Amino acid sequence: MPQPNDVILAIKGVSKRFGGLQALSDVGISIRRGQIYGLIGPNGAGKTTFFNVITGLYQADTGTFELDGKPYSPSAPHEVAKAGIARTFQNIRLFGEMTALENVMVGRHVRTRTGVIGAVLHTSSARAEEAAIRLRAEELLEYVGVAQYADFRARTLSYGDQRRLEIARALATDPQLLALDEPAAGMNATEKTGLRGLLESISRDGRTILLIEHDVKLVMGLCNRVTVLDYGRAIAEGAPADVQKNPAVIEAYLGGGGH
Amino acid sequence: MMESTITPLAGRPSQKKAYFGMVLAALALFILPFVAGLAGNSWIRILDFALLYIMLALGLNIVVGFAGLLDLGYIAFYAVGAYTAALLASPQFATVLQSFVDQYPSVGNFLVHLFGPDIAKNGIHLSVWLIVPLAGLLAATFGVILGTPTLKLRGDYLAIVTLGFGEIIRIFLNNLNAPINLTNGPQGVDDIDPVAFGSFKFNLPHSLFGHPVPEVQLYYYLFLALVVMIIFFTIRLQNSRIGRAWVAIREDEIAAKSMGINTRNIKLLAFAMGASFGGISGAMFAAFQGFVSPESFGLTESIVILSMVVLGGMGHIPGVVLGAILLSALPEVLRHAVPAMRLPVLDVADKLTSFFPPAVHSTILNILGNILEPEVLRSLIFGLAMVLVMLNRPSGLWPAPEHGRGLHGIKAKRSAAEGA
Repeated sequence: MPQPNDVILAIKGVSKRFGGLQALSDVGISIRRGQIYGLIGPNGAGKTTFFNVITGLYQADTGTFELDGKPYSPSAPHEVAKAGIARTFQNIRLFGEMTALENVMVGRHVRTRTGVIGAVLHTSSARAEEAAIRLRAEELLEYVGVAQYADFRARTLSYGDQRRLEIARALATDPQLLALDEPAAGMNATEKTGLRGLLESISRDGRTILLIEHDVKLVMGLCNRVTVLDYGRAIAEGAPADVQKNPAVIEAYLGGGGH
Repeated sequence: MMESTITPLAGRPSQKKAYFGMVLAALALFILPFVAGLAGNSWIRILDFALLYIMLALGLNIVVGFAGLLDLGYIAFYAVGAYTAALLASPQFATVLQSFVDQYPSVGNFLVHLFGPDIAKNGIHLSVWLIVPLAGLLAATFGVILGTPTLKLRGDYLAIVTLGFGEIIRIFLNNLNAPINLTNGPQGVDDIDPVAFGSFKFNLPHSLFGHPVPEVQLYYYLFLALVVMIIFFTIRLQNSRIGRAWVAIREDEIAAKSMGINTRNIKLLAFAMGASFGGISGAMFAAFQGFVSPESFGLTESIVILSMVVLGGMGHIPGVVLGAILLSALPEVLRHAVPAMRLPVLDVADKLTSFFPPAVHSTILNILGNILEPEVLRSLIFGLAMVLVMLNRPSGLWPAPEHGRGLHGIKAKRSAAEGA
């Protein structure tokens, strides 16, 4: 069993500048195995930028990155996925014309190795791998609760189901860390409750989750620990209840709004 | 576990049906040239070209249909394949060596020494067994070379750059006759060896059960075999993790990257695979015609092949084959049909419009006469067909079937298994 306390993701001193805008300055987080970690902050605080830096979509100007005790370099998204961080997107990015099942099967790409020759000759190892991919994808569809749409094109699924499918696709890469960018955005109350249940069960099954979220109630109820970003700086870090009382946070984010 | 006992039982009759269908199709394809031959060998020739175009369309389909990379210079790989055959199966290589001797005697003499007097006199004449894989391999290499600079481009920009590359290859072929005469320039390369398997030479007379089998028909069977091989390759790739990665890139490149797909390698693989099919088709074209020249590899050809893919149904193999057959047969059918119907149609038009004033009457007949030329009509029908298809069937005549209309997903399969 892994130690409940060991750090799975340790990021220090991340800065990122877009022209004249300092989007991130000296941001760091440290996520322990099994946590649901929240990253919150007002609009434009730099949450998604930070997220894109971690997952290799943007290159940081400075910063050190460690995943599971080993340094990793977020220089390309596919390397990050291989290292063990899988993500979803704020504005859902599924493979619309592919079926739900195929979407999840694509997620297995990085953990499988059949090449052109294996695929064309249908070697026994290629066949076995293909069957394993399919089986795992079917299990994951079931797990997130969209198995009945396995054969439907992804774009035809309802909004909430598309979000679930995206999570299944990310889980298919066997991630050490599941990084979700505003998974509750645009969801109604019922869908949010369902999502919360799903995230809790993913966490119970031993996955570490990093969650960017706008919905403070969801974050406060779900996360073990949160970091608050404002104007590209981490202004508070701690257990949700403590952070909620932090004057800087109230000032920047919660203050006056009656959240 | 339950499923494994259920599925084969349910699958057996349909599988039997599928095999039966395949045998019928194979028989029909075998007999087809005999039937077409009754109307003349030129009809078998039309079939041959249709098969070459099917190979091209299937190759381009990997790049455009699967990976979603709009390539307007695809014909370049056809050219690479054709000139590979032209250099390695014709007297042309002797000309190349001679021009080396004339221009750079020391290099030339060394090369003549290297290749020996026979090649210096007669050129290289490789067997088709080597030409086909070499043409595929060389075209694939060109696919990677031309693909690499375009990796970061998409859509219109990619189209423009690939269009440029296609033209560059053609212009190279046109001008690589000096100082070293590699391609013989605009005159093209002649005397390319016809296909021969050992002593079985396609250009000699052959017969089957006393029935003469013309050369074009032998090529038909060869091309058919290659098409079947390419379709087999494509289907296997499509249903593999590589095929899924191609489609994922087409659907959303950023998401594909984030799911761990090395988009650079997978895109280059698409370019290489697509190009290799084009190269094989080109080598066969060269052997079939016995002659290649740069003018066969213009932009219009690229556009025609792209039209085949789009008209048939991007990413759907049967659709692409249909598109290739329709668009390659269309001009040939018109060439035969239009002259025959020209006079009757003009006659009818003459009677129908005779009540107009003479000036209008003659103008109408004049315009109609101009349109009723195979070449003119071809462009007209071609354009009209494209517009109509794009308006009414934007995903092609025979697109990939829409999934998920019924509940035949794994849940349905599972409940069937549970119910049993």
